[in-house]
Amino acid sequence: MIKRPLLTFLALLVVGLAFEFSVNAYIQLTIIYVCVNMILAMSLNLVSGYTGQFSLGHAGFMAIGAYVSAFLAFHFTIFPESLNFLNFIIFGLIAGMVSGFAGWLVGTPSLRLKGDYLAIVTLGFGEIIRVVLLNLETVGGARGYYGIPGFVNYTFAGITLSRFVSGFGVSAFWLVITFFLIYRLVYSSHGRVLISVKEDEVASEAMGINVTRMKVWAFVISSFLAGIAGSLFAHYTNYLNPSTFSFNQSVNVVIMVVLGGMGSLTGSIVAAIIVTLLPELLRPLQEITGVDLRMVIYSFSLILLMILKPNGLFGQGLGHGKKSKAA
Amino acid sequence: MMDNLIRFVLVTMLSLAFLTGCQKENANEILIGQFGSLTGNEATFGISTDKGIQLAIEEINKVGGIKGKILKVITLDDQGKAEEAAQVVTRLITQNKVVALLGEVASSRSLAAAPIAQQNQIPMITPSSTNPKVTEIGDYIFRVCFIDPFQGTVMAKFAIENLAAKKIAVLRDVKSDYSVGLANFFTETLVKMGGEIVADVSYQGGDVDFKAQLTEIKGKNPDAIFVPGYYTEVGLIARQARQLDITVPLLGGDGWDSSKLSEIGQDSINGSYFSNHYTNESQEPMVQDFINKFKAKFNETPDGLAAMGYDAAKVLIAAMQNAANLTPKSIRDEIAKTKDFQMVTGKISLDEQRNAVKSAVVVKVDGPNFKYVTTVNP
Amino acid sequence: MQELLQHIINGIGLGSIYALIALGYTMVYGVLNLINFAHSDVYMMGAFAAYYTQRFLNLKPGLMSFLIIILAAMMFCSILALTIERFAYRPLRKAPKLNILITAIGVSLFLEFSGQLIFGADPKLFPSVIEDVGLFSIIGVRFRTIDLAILAVGFLSMIVLRYIIVYTKTGRAMRAVSENTKVAGLMGIPVNRIIAITFVIGSSLAGIGSVLVGLKYPKIEPLMGMLIGLKAFVAAVLGGIGSIPGAVLGGIIMGLSEEMVVGYLSSTYRDALSFGILIIILVVRPAGLLGKSSVDKV
Repeated sequence: MIKRPLLTFLALLVVGLAFEFSVNAYIQLTIIYVCVNMILAMSLNLVSGYTGQFSLGHAGFMAIGAYVSAFLAFHFTIFPESLNFLNFIIFGLIAGMVSGFAGWLVGTPSLRLKGDYLAIVTLGFGEIIRVVLLNLETVGGARGYYGIPGFVNYTFAGITLSRFVSGFGVSAFWLVITFFLIYRLVYSSHGRVLISVKEDEVASEAMGINVTRMKVWAFVISSFLAGIAGSLFAHYTNYLNPSTFSFNQSVNVVIMVVLGGMGSLTGSIVAAIIVTLLPELLRPLQEITGVDLRMVIYSFSLILLMILKPNGLFGQGLGHGKKSKAA
Repeated sequence: MMDNLIRFVLVTMLSLAFLTGCQKENANEILIGQFGSLTGNEATFGISTDKGIQLAIEEINKVGGIKGKILKVITLDDQGKAEEAAQVVTRLITQNKVVALLGEVASSRSLAAAPIAQQNQIPMITPSSTNPKVTEIGDYIFRVCFIDPFQGTVMAKFAIENLAAKKIAVLRDVKSDYSVGLANFFTETLVKMGGEIVADVSYQGGDVDFKAQLTEIKGKNPDAIFVPGYYTEVGLIARQARQLDITVPLLGGDGWDSSKLSEIGQDSINGSYFSNHYTNESQEPMVQDFINKFKAKFNETPDGLAAMGYDAAKVLIAAMQNAANLTPKSIRDEIAKTKDFQMVTGKISLDEQRNAVKSAVVVKVDGPNFKYVTTVNP
Repeated sequence: MQELLQHIINGIGLGSIYALIALGYTMVYGVLNLINFAHSDVYMMGAFAAYYTQRFLNLKPGLMSFLIIILAAMMFCSILALTIERFAYRPLRKAPKLNILITAIGVSLFLEFSGQLIFGADPKLFPSVIEDVGLFSIIGVRFRTIDLAILAVGFLSMIVLRYIIVYTKTGRAMRAVSENTKVAGLMGIPVNRIIAITFVIGSSLAGIGSVLVGLKYPKIEPLMGMLIGLKAFVAAVLGGIGSIPGAVLGGIIMGLSEEMVVGYLSSTYRDALSFGILIIILVVRPAGLLGKSSVDKV
């Protein structure tokens, strides 16, 4: 299965249909959030886990993707309503490319800096995007961008398939693309170059690798995928607000990557599930106790997990000589 | 070992969530959903609203509930995030199966949640989302507060007619849709009435230093400064304005209404004006009754948001009492019929657009008391 | 002219507060290479410690009370930071850098949300233990007690800090640890104790900062550290993280640039512009203004 994208995609579609008939809209929405977070986590993992760069602005790229895609959906239609999910795939692609371009703009000057300086530049970039969106009246400003065209219900022969089915279908499509893009990339000769950059930058440089160029490429792909995640988010929730794409959201993605284990795609997937579900699963506790202990427990378990599993759930450790495992 | 433990914890929590999902319905309870910011940056607003709602629900349950059933409010926290508001509202509707919704304070989060309520045909009453767009979402969405255009007009008229202030500086919170909306409508009316905006500067909610903005305003010599923000910042703004020797009055909206305003602003805020739903000096028995009950229960003075929360719950309760049965549809129809309903924050009727029509009062800050100045009718 | 002078005074006042908090970031980074995200929340806790001390002891305004609450905040911050260091960071000393960072974020969230539970989310009025009055004015610009107190206390603590680091044995040990932890250990320096001392000093400064901020902006709430912490951290990077004079310089520049952006460019885009300035400075001088660029060992 790991080598067959199409098969994986079809399997996911079947899972989606199963969810359609077994769970309510709340759980379906949560599943879509999980998918969005999986794409975000995997894409950041390409930058952090494989090339060892530390970025704190992933929410900014997600925001660009979300707003571009929403804007396109408001102003253009390519396919008719009945096939509108195809529109969202195309808008997602364009949104991703715009994000990727932004990633190139940010990455080119800053990726020659080392370590934490990239973190600050990306953090600053994320804040700039948020402030600009907050003041752009055409996309709603602080009020938010609402009524964004989104996935619709379908009725075939008396059976109604909710918007979740097409939403999940498109999510699964991008999920599979993200996974295989990164997986194939990492196991190609380019991927080995990326890993060598992480393991020892100086040595790679000495081997004749253009380190900065490799890092910029990884960063562009990563921002492209973050933009697509943003597009999915926009069309499923039909509402965007600049406050969603805050510094905390960027931090959340970093948490997923580290929790899952640097350089492990499976880890990122599992961590995205945990980080999205944990606060939701703790909700009943709030109903029972009446006090909102949710985030206290969440942050506490985060600390515990880090201490008990310092390499993340699926991490292989960062020692030299060990082969990084992707899946 | 550790892995097993972690896995065990995860599985336990999953099953816990599943179990609560399958909670059996209690035939003697009516479930109402509330969503609000109980934690996060705007927690203080959500908590105030929640207290007001709690008080109203407790009152009705004390006298036996509605149609022999006890009201139960399920309150979920959205952390002040739009995407979580959408998520919790979906949860309240599809998992908890509530018949009506109360919330949110901020228009941005109400806008994220309203389409979901509309789609599932569950009536939603927002206590204090003032943006006109919120109720435009559909016929299941109501509000009990003014809308921004009205409140902006009130203060603009007041500035020109009562204070003879023509040159006004605006200091808005760009992070808050409420503040931006109010500032825009205020500006529009003021300019139409022959006034002039001499400076339009902004800050972001959460800031503590406003001296740069105030220094700029000072250079323009305005007759008054319009600060349509929340009490959390206004107290500090007033202090720093006085420190810079700006003596003109500050003007504001209902976001100022809290005992914290004068606690933080102290002498600096005295003599400033804001538009509000009511004054805490009002001798109206309902107002005094509410203030006393609130003090008894929570040991603090209610702020404007608590009063709005209380009123939103009251409108809903009245509609449920009048409704033929407790289906969302008939509750919606009764809410839409609300007319001349006496509440703490004034007498309201809901119009065709499901917005509250009610008069505003302008009050003058005098220590913890808000002195009545004038009433403006819609 | 008067307006410009006023902006400069405001900017330096704001900047010296950023500087005090930035010092805590920079010191911990110096010895551990860790961006201590929990620092801003330790600072918040300091403000609350001072607030409750004043309330329980019912202190009247005066210099004595000022010293007492500063001391209380410093002690509380130190104990809190020691606890965090001992139980959350020390077990991870050998783990990859990013993991400690996530732990720091976890601690930060934990303090913020438990703060909201314990203290309540509503803003509280910080007691004014020092009378805030205008002292003298120069061409229409008023100089106030608290602004001067902030500058005085700020500079005093920076001088003391400089003395400790340059002239004492502990300071020398701190510099050694920051240069190379492993070798410092081999030379007989008790690394863990030095790290603990660093945390104590850094968070005492945060405690001082919290009282000064509380006096200047008398509104405290559990999330007050978030924004100011982020700005202070950026200031530390701007000055060259790990460099103590750099943190001070970075703080002042940050405060001044925010002030000037609002005064002369656009208040709406303040954060965007000040981050833009930061990015430009970093692209030109990647190691920050006073930081030394490290050379990778092969």
